[in-house]
Amino acid sequence: MTDILDNPIIPDFGDKPAPKADAAAPVPGPAAAPAPAPVAAAGPRKIVFIASKGNLDMAYPALIMANAALGEGVETHIFFTFWGFDLITERTMDDLKFTMLGNTAMHLPMAPKVPIPQLLGALPGVTFATTKFMRKQLDDLEIPSVREMLDIIVASGGHLWGCKLSFDMNGLAEDDLYDGVEGVISASDFIELSEGAQVIFV
Amino acid sequence: MPTTRIGGRPIDVNDEGFLTVYEQWDEDLAPILAGYAGIDELTEDHWKVIRFLRADYPARKETATLRRVSTVGGFDMKELFRLFPGKPAKKMSYIAGLPKPKGCV
Repeated sequence: MTDILDNPIIPDFGDKPAPKADAAAPVPGPAAAPAPAPVAAAGPRKIVFIASKGNLDMAYPALIMANAALGEGVETHIFFTFWGFDLITERTMDDLKFTMLGNTAMHLPMAPKVPIPQLLGALPGVTFATTKFMRKQLDDLEIPSVREMLDIIVASGGHLWGCKLSFDMNGLAEDDLYDGVEGVISASDFIELSEGAQVIFV
Repeated sequence: MPTTRIGGRPIDVNDEGFLTVYEQWDEDLAPILAGYAGIDELTEDHWKVIRFLRADYPARKETATLRRVSTVGGFDMKELFRLFPGKPAKKMSYIAGLPKPKGCV
């Protein structure tokens, strides 16, 4: 039978150091050993994702990590640029595709060792089939659609931004964009926005 | 795995502090855990979420993620962030005496 600790172990909830002084009896035990100073960043953590790809498979990294960051109480922004703009364009966002072309890591889950020739991906209908297959895999794992992921991110307090240059290149109007997009901003705006943030390019 | 004393009784927790034995939790414990998580008062809205988490766990042996709480439990995501500010999934599972959720979404 192990000893019973009298003080509870409280998970890191990321809140400011406990305001209640009464509960702040010095914590005994090894936990009190001087911890290495937390990484440089001062102030609350902030993450900015740059979503630059419009393929179905490459839509998810930023969305899933952004959603996770919000759940961890981190201020989160996503900046959609170039092909990534398809994720927030009404006309395209529900119809992203997955192609095996140019993806040398392509393999079938049920037969991982069977080589898949690159040229196969160029045949008519193959992108349709691979997209359908990937969507089914995502559904089976209960991964939300791109639109639903964005809905969740916005509801969780995340911020979505479009890139001005991509917006102009695509000849879009504000009405063409997903509702949750807060604004279309320039490169300089983005640099200001990302001050003090961890920036992750996808 | 450490054992700590919470609410005057021994409670098994993991190294992070999350409760590890489903049966050791009861509704008297929740307000104490909530206090540790920085929530001073559990309202009926908090309780609805906690009861959902408790009811959802046994069959799946896995704590519901925020999304599951929202889609299956029918809770509004914004509301969840309001009730359990900061790290909602961790706070609600801790208060409900469950492990933190493992799912990515």
